[in-house]
Amino acid sequence: MDIKSPEFKQSARIALQDANLQKALGNLKAGFPGKRASAVARMPEFDALRDQARDLKNHILEHLDLYLEAFEARVVENGGQVHWCRTSEDARQTILQICREQNAKTVTKGKSMVTEEINLNEYLEEHGVQPVETDLGEYILQLRGDHPSHIIAPAIHLNLEDVSEAFHEHHHRPKSDDPAVLMAEAREMLRKQFAAADVGITGANFLVAETGSTLIATNEGNGDLTQILPKTHIVVSSIEKVVPTLEDMSLFLRLLARSATGQEFTVYNTLSSGNRRPDDQDGPENFHVVLVDNGRSDMVGTEFQEMLRCIRCSACMNHCPVYGAVGGHSYGWVYPGPMGSVLTPQMIGIEKAALLPNASTFCGKCEEVCPVRIPLPKLMRHWREKEFEKHLSPKAVRWGLGGWAFFATRPGLYRWASAGASRFMRLLGGRKGKIRKLPLAGGWTDHRDMPTPTGKTFMQQWNERQQQEKQR
Amino acid sequence: MSDTQTAPIKVGLFVTCLADMFRPEVAFATVKLLEQAGCDVEVPAAQTCCGQPAFNSGDNHNSRRIARQTIEAFEGYQYVVGPSGSCIGMLHHYPELFDDRDPWKQRAEHLKARAFEITSFLVDELGFNAIESRFTGTITYHDSCSGLRELGIKQQPRQLLAEVAGADLREMQEAETCCGFGGTFCVKYADISNRMVSNKTGFAADSDADTLVGGDLGCLLNMAGKLKREGRDIQVRHVVELLADMTDTPAIGEADYDLGQPL
Repeated sequence: MDIKSPEFKQSARIALQDANLQKALGNLKAGFPGKRASAVARMPEFDALRDQARDLKNHILEHLDLYLEAFEARVVENGGQVHWCRTSEDARQTILQICREQNAKTVTKGKSMVTEEINLNEYLEEHGVQPVETDLGEYILQLRGDHPSHIIAPAIHLNLEDVSEAFHEHHHRPKSDDPAVLMAEAREMLRKQFAAADVGITGANFLVAETGSTLIATNEGNGDLTQILPKTHIVVSSIEKVVPTLEDMSLFLRLLARSATGQEFTVYNTLSSGNRRPDDQDGPENFHVVLVDNGRSDMVGTEFQEMLRCIRCSACMNHCPVYGAVGGHSYGWVYPGPMGSVLTPQMIGIEKAALLPNASTFCGKCEEVCPVRIPLPKLMRHWREKEFEKHLSPKAVRWGLGGWAFFATRPGLYRWASAGASRFMRLLGGRKGKIRKLPLAGGWTDHRDMPTPTGKTFMQQWNERQQQEKQR
Repeated sequence: MSDTQTAPIKVGLFVTCLADMFRPEVAFATVKLLEQAGCDVEVPAAQTCCGQPAFNSGDNHNSRRIARQTIEAFEGYQYVVGPSGSCIGMLHHYPELFDDRDPWKQRAEHLKARAFEITSFLVDELGFNAIESRFTGTITYHDSCSGLRELGIKQQPRQLLAEVAGADLREMQEAETCCGFGGTFCVKYADISNRMVSNKTGFAADSDADTLVGGDLGCLLNMAGKLKREGRDIQVRHVVELLADMTDTPAIGEADYDLGQPL
């Protein structure tokens, strides 16, 4: 996927004008936050579970190597294979290699953001393997040559008409705007693909060290058909998904569904524990787990380590006023919203991603709803520190800050300057109480008036009063 | 408390830049409330800004310089109180700026423990609610993000506003959603900020309140500026103006006399 993060501002401007997108985002805002809130209200121990989950994740991250190796050992015992991939390129090659060993022509795919991260679909296509997305949202996007704009509701930026249009064009059926008809159409198309696929690729919500199992939580059941029918199942997962035990996993599952969609539990929670045993009636003959690092182990031990607690629920973006205004594509890469603004700079470099951690008012809503209590605003601020240290901030910002700090560290001078600025604005505003156009503040006055100071500064007035009192 | 015989509580007022420059009435109202609550208020001359513009721009060097200056300016005061959740929230961030081994860390922690936003100081720290004020009108309250999420300010201003005779609080939808100010955010991401503040003024208008009240001048200037530009007839005031019975001055962004005809 092309990196468009440096164009965030332009993309955002376009997104704000896009009536269809705004309509779709309206659906998101009207849906997820309310559903989460009522699910949380039904569970008095929710916050206590969040604390537990945070602590458990911290423990895991302190012993990531141990749990990953334990997981690998159990997968191998179960008859599967684990592939350690440091980079996206390693992961793509490994997956292609497995596909080639199976002479795979088509590959069905369950929903997986990490395969977006490593740009798998494009790579497989270039090398003669046809990936078929089976999650309904992802399937729609694939037909349209589009990319996810949200980590759990990938096609949230689309409206019914867009889907109807895409199906009509690709399925060559009469156009319908009945969701049930469209769904049945997609199901019919996908059934053939499920049966024909040589390899099934899924992501993983969790990797269980205790049993060597991987788990996917889905609402459509497509993941099950993806992983059970083909001869080979490849699980692609990032390394921080590992949890010690099944019991631990259930803690996260309780938080995940409620935080994501407001469900008590996701509809399908499917565990895969190796390849088919002699007595099994179904299941893949070959079971592979591709573990993707892609910069994550570099975050361990740094100020960004807490980001690795993320369980990809999407609550942060569902509640983010910036995401809600501009949608996921504006962020210009795979992961949008607050979690993306922390993760993306790590993966594509702060040089290209600097606008993302800046695109936040630090309102703190994301941290308020995060099921594993990631201090997202703090982490975004850490990226701003990196940006500042590397002299990547725009010159106007750096000079402006430098000039401002010169005054702010000299109280007497600061008094004098604020009194001057106050007087200047009062002169501009006259007695109207507001200014319609203020030099150098176009960002403000293009959209709103600037209220003017009501009189001399407080410090001037306070000092005058103090002196009057002394004279008495 | 004012009716006890103990020595007055010595409070250093953290004025905040925006109150200092744009609306001194807010700082005076804060002083009045503190005095009503039995405090002895001083205004340390060595204070400037809390340093948030530098801190949120990743400029830790200048943040630290300003933090040290503020810590020193307020040494010796029992409490540091200001009319802003955002600026006081910044004072609470100071310990993050220093290493554990740096002696400034402990001084920063000491400041943090004494630094309060005005409504939470009155309610949580002093248990004060003897508000003597009258305000006729319907009001709606915007919860500013830093105050709400960093300092837990939600019920305190409402509890105090309930004591204002004549003021009828009507909650708006999404009172807790950010207004889009965000310091430099509002100029760096002007289009997004504009969308956010437009949503906010829409909700304020839907509430049918005639006055929008909040605890942070950044948000209030933003919302007042937008309401003015939209030509909506909603007045904007800082909560302390209502609490201190200081609402005879023009509201934020209002002309200071009846213009009759637009100029």
